[in-house]
Amino acid sequence: MVETLHDDKLKELEEKAYAIRQEIISMLVEAGSGHSAGPLGMTDIFTALYFHVMRHDPKNPSWEERDRLVLSNGHICPVLYATLAEAGYFPKSELKTLRKINSRLSGHPHRGLLPGIENSSGPLGEGISQSCGMALAARLDARKHRIYCLTSDGEHEEGQTWEAVMFAAKYNLTNITVVVDRNNIQIDGPTEEIMPLESMRYKYEAFNWNVLEIDGHNMSAFVDAVRHAEAVSERPTVIIANTIPGKGVSFMEGDYKWHGVPPDREQAKKALHELRTLQGKIVGEHE
Amino acid sequence: MLNKDLHLNTKVFDEEVEKQPTRQGYGDGLLILGEENPNVVALSADVAESTKNGPFMEKFPDRFFNCGVAEQNMASVAAGLAVSGKIAFVASYATFSPGRNWEQIRTTIVYNRANVKVAGHHTGVATGPDGPTHQATEDIAIVRSWPGIKILVPCDSIEGKRATIAAGHDEGPYYLRFTREKTPVITTENTPFEVGATYEYWRGKSPQVTIFATGYMVFYALLAAKNLERSGVDVIVANVATLKPLDVKTVVKLASETGRVVTCEDHQVMGGLGGIIAETLAQHHPTPIETVGLRDEFAEAGSFGDIIKKYKMDEMAILSACEKVLSRNDE
Repeated sequence: MVETLHDDKLKELEEKAYAIRQEIISMLVEAGSGHSAGPLGMTDIFTALYFHVMRHDPKNPSWEERDRLVLSNGHICPVLYATLAEAGYFPKSELKTLRKINSRLSGHPHRGLLPGIENSSGPLGEGISQSCGMALAARLDARKHRIYCLTSDGEHEEGQTWEAVMFAAKYNLTNITVVVDRNNIQIDGPTEEIMPLESMRYKYEAFNWNVLEIDGHNMSAFVDAVRHAEAVSERPTVIIANTIPGKGVSFMEGDYKWHGVPPDREQAKKALHELRTLQGKIVGEHE
Repeated sequence: MLNKDLHLNTKVFDEEVEKQPTRQGYGDGLLILGEENPNVVALSADVAESTKNGPFMEKFPDRFFNCGVAEQNMASVAAGLAVSGKIAFVASYATFSPGRNWEQIRTTIVYNRANVKVAGHHTGVATGPDGPTHQATEDIAIVRSWPGIKILVPCDSIEGKRATIAAGHDEGPYYLRFTREKTPVITTENTPFEVGATYEYWRGKSPQVTIFATGYMVFYALLAAKNLERSGVDVIVANVATLKPLDVKTVVKLASETGRVVTCEDHQVMGGLGGIIAETLAQHHPTPIETVGLRDEFAEAGSFGDIIKKYKMDEMAILSACEKVLSRNDE
């Protein structure tokens, strides 16, 4: 069972999230292409998962009992790469090779290329399905590990997402916890303009899932939700995490135009400056 | 005459030759694999019976997953099972899998390096009265460009069983192609079968044409060979059961021996066996080729016999193709 988050640990995690956000900005500016808003918006959840929730071992990435993190929306991989490096899966120096030739940090994650990557992703809507397969395998092998599947809100426009949601309910795959990054943006604009998704809650409930809704930047709330999900054995659980895209960088926050572009050198300088000087504010926000 | 070394079915030309659909071999092979390895799992998408999952489902209910009418999810669930140590077989009609879920297979199975075997059933015009929506005639073309995929097209139910077992014993993604119609059993349990090998099933005394055939069309190629022999034309018939990786050495050897080639398949010639043989010979040994198969058109509903006659894919069409390639003067 995952433990509740105590204040000391929360402080430590917030420091980590701050460091990871800076790595994300540095990686993106170096790469010259890639996605900014999603990675920054999901940094707090990645931090909580890798440094508090999940049982994993960076020195033994193929440990059979490890909890799995399945990233469904592969385009936010800068946060996955930065978090894996922070956790010690590979040297941080490698982060600067994002999207470059001969790099292990492909533009979208590729299983087998880099330790800690559980699935190749990029094409949307495929993560919950793969998580279902992993969950069935765990059940067949009587293993206790859990599968955390991180999804975007936009990819709930893919039909396959709902095929998988139906499937998980049929087989009552309670060893999966799905997290939806509800940041309300997609490449072409706000989700509710491009293709309305609400009510996410009622949709999942209608598919016989247990639905929790949280502030995706409140790590304590996220950990509580994960604990709740672990305790429910009647239905699989989805955590709808309301997040701010571009979180931590004022000129990116909430603007869909930052979905699929990186900062240039000037913008990156400004972003890094903000992340450093606003550190106190970020830490204090949910206190 | 039939190649004696290969222990083929000596009754293959008899009126009362045993007939089985190649898909029967999928069911038989899957059950054997299930018995020998607890990590073998199977999935289907609401066509479990017609894709011959019955015996496996009955014996191993915990290892069979019916995904409902949702082929995209099925492909990626199989990928998740496979990266967790399972050997996953997914079966549906090929127009839906690998048709509808092409990208899911590409990304989550092939690129993901997942040990999944995709079984495409109801392939070719041999699907018959259901019509072109259910006759997969482009499946080879859409899967063969995936890096590293292996493609097996068994000629009968026995080879179907052995292809299924061979795929289960080999790590990595496979595409297995099956048909619905009952067709003659050509091989026996003693006929050699290896992934990557092309076998010479028939050889006349002084062969002038090499016929490369795949799937149940091997039978029609053999029928054509027998008819041609009567009119004094000797040919070689080769069973190309592995389309990828192709047995380039044997293909080039047999083509260079006769200098004339005919290909036969129940699939579009474009991107199918015709395309594969043409690409290979153009690189290694340019040879005049005539093709038998669908020519850039959809077929139609009808009985199996009526369709292959109308769309020029029966033994008479193969015979004409042989005559045509012999009459060509493109030295």
